[in-house]
Amino acid sequence: MSSVRVEHLSKKFGKVEAVKEVSFQVEEGEFIVLLGPSGCGKTTTLRCIAGLEVPDSGRIFFDQEDVTLLGPSARNIAFVFQLYALYPHLSVYDNVAFPLRAEGLPKKEVEKRTEEVLKLLQIDEIKHQKPRKLTGGQKQRVALGRAIVRRPRVFLLDEPLSNIDAKLREITRGELKKLQRSIKATTIYVTHDQVEAMTMADKIIVMNFGNIQQIGSPHEVYHYPANLFVARFIGSPGMNFIPGELLQREKLGVVINDSYFIPLEEEQIQIIEEKDISRKVILGVRPENIRLTEEDIEGAIKAEVYVFEPLGAENVATFRINEHLVKAVLPGDMYLSPGEIVNLHFKEIRVFDARSEKLIA
Amino acid sequence: MANLSVTNLTKKFGRTVAVSKLSLEVKSGKITVLLGPTGAGKTTTLRCVAGLEKPDEGEIKIDGVLINDLPPKDRDMAFVFQSFSLYPRYTVFENIASPLRIRGFSKEEIDKKVREVAKLLHIEQLLDRKPIFISGGEMQRVAIARSLVREPKVFLLDEPLTNLDAKIREEMRTELKRLQVESGATFFYATPDQAEALSMADWVAIIKNGHLMQEGAPAEIYHQPRNLFVADLVGSPGMNFIPTIMEGTNLNVGPGCFSLSLKKEIVQAVQEKLSSTQVYFQVYLGIRPEDILISHERKEGFYPGEVEVIESLGLLQIIRLRINHHFIRVRSEEKNHFNIGEQIFFNFKENKLHIFDRQTEERIW
Repeated sequence: MSSVRVEHLSKKFGKVEAVKEVSFQVEEGEFIVLLGPSGCGKTTTLRCIAGLEVPDSGRIFFDQEDVTLLGPSARNIAFVFQLYALYPHLSVYDNVAFPLRAEGLPKKEVEKRTEEVLKLLQIDEIKHQKPRKLTGGQKQRVALGRAIVRRPRVFLLDEPLSNIDAKLREITRGELKKLQRSIKATTIYVTHDQVEAMTMADKIIVMNFGNIQQIGSPHEVYHYPANLFVARFIGSPGMNFIPGELLQREKLGVVINDSYFIPLEEEQIQIIEEKDISRKVILGVRPENIRLTEEDIEGAIKAEVYVFEPLGAENVATFRINEHLVKAVLPGDMYLSPGEIVNLHFKEIRVFDARSEKLIA
Repeated sequence: MANLSVTNLTKKFGRTVAVSKLSLEVKSGKITVLLGPTGAGKTTTLRCVAGLEKPDEGEIKIDGVLINDLPPKDRDMAFVFQSFSLYPRYTVFENIASPLRIRGFSKEEIDKKVREVAKLLHIEQLLDRKPIFISGGEMQRVAIARSLVREPKVFLLDEPLTNLDAKIREEMRTELKRLQVESGATFFYATPDQAEALSMADWVAIIKNGHLMQEGAPAEIYHQPRNLFVADLVGSPGMNFIPTIMEGTNLNVGPGCFSLSLKKEIVQAVQEKLSSTQVYFQVYLGIRPEDILISHERKEGFYPGEVEVIESLGLLQIIRLRINHHFIRVRSEEKNHFNIGEQIFFNFKENKLHIFDRQTEERIW
């Protein structure tokens, strides 16, 4: 497996700038996810790495080798669209051996490498079975086996789970990550689903409008989103925002709706004091960090229940605070009805610059 | 708005039975969700209600009036499809206005109604644009606005959010529910997505292979699933099932992984339901990921398992634990730090255990 380096990659389609000056590095054995909405440039980036598109400018390296102008077949990559697309009439063994036979490798070599992969993925016991007899997890291993048997330098996956049903997708996520770890495959994975990104990635690259918005671990993009876009995109539901103003009382805090004061943490106050920033800010709070509280507690925010969505293990409530709507994730045994008046407490708030929309603290 | 009732609906295509003796009520002003995997018969049911398919058997009534022989255009229903289609040459305004134009509304009325519905769907700023200049999520809103603008008796929504990106889907879920509550419309909504069903529905009907498996309020479906199929379909991550042998008050989980002892009342209830005098029964033990306690240290009544996969979702994490050759998924908070390969200890909340008959797959506790 190789490392991958993308430097100042740009690609236009007609007048549309699909990818603008994108740079990032993928270490050997690392699992990175390119995440963003439709049209953000993630698939174009992946296709440039695969050699299916030629960039307008920028360079792509596998280890130290510049592959920018190499065709797809000369790059030795495995490009997987759908993890469950197997040849139905071939056995597990023949499915895995297929790419080697297509390359015209000697029979002995085909046998040796196929057996190796079957053992590695623990599918040697089912090697004579046909795909339709396999479970979802087994099919996925076979598809993966077929991809790795050629010993590619990089794995490229383009929304491989988008066409399977939700239940299977949930199980597949964990399996795929476990397999990727065990074979230490350098993996670049494209998706619009932040849950897939959060659960599988070592590093997430969030994209929008052809630009990189943030590169970070799942923990970083969740707790310290670089800007409003990332904050909203990551999390289910995404972060809530309310315009506010910085204000000094006994501590520095944010005032929203000219009435509610939410104090900041010490580290946040330090960062803000070191910078010269305007008073106009946007307060961000994750739905998981909103709790119901008593009216007389300091910082309690009065809110009306607007929409209530039960999800079983948890419930999502949308509250109205004057003209602002915020969503909260509440425990599964807590039920509220629309119209009810409650008091909210915000934990772990984030402060964004109102103009640049970037994270301040 | 109106009550819709479907009684004993059966529809076959050749030898395939798409819908079989399906009966359910869609209450006026409520959201009734038809939940099931692809091929369960959801679309066929909706199409029969809309009059786009002719049922082989059964009755479809609106407010008690049989409408089986009424052509689609006279049923006063609006159908929102999974793949939305807009008129590309028309602006968003003209797209939304088209059903009103056909029905001969005056210019002032059209203007008023279109602006009202556009405001409800937050697309007022798009009214002058052509469809190619708006996003997929916005297009779907326009398609919904176009159905909503003429206030039909019943809305039939066939997976309206399936083709949208995950993020937009999640936002639209809340929007649609808010819209329905504010307008008091009657929704009959088909989806394969259990989160959509639980969060939006007043009433959920679950179907499989054309048969009704269970219907009820979302909380009832979640906490008291009638069988293995429903228990497995609803919840994310889904319920854990472990093959188990029940002997007297003892549950041999795995079998051979660990044993649990049951309260007498549970055992009695189970035996009554099975009406059997057998000494042991083959069952599945079912437990939801949020009903499992985990700990670094061995505590009284806790059993060992190995951490195999950790999936972080922000403040929440899903841990996959291996117990011999079985695995279970556990919901836990990010602040409880575990490592892959680590041995940890778990216990099930006793009042949250479910027991399913392995033969019939019915829930017996």
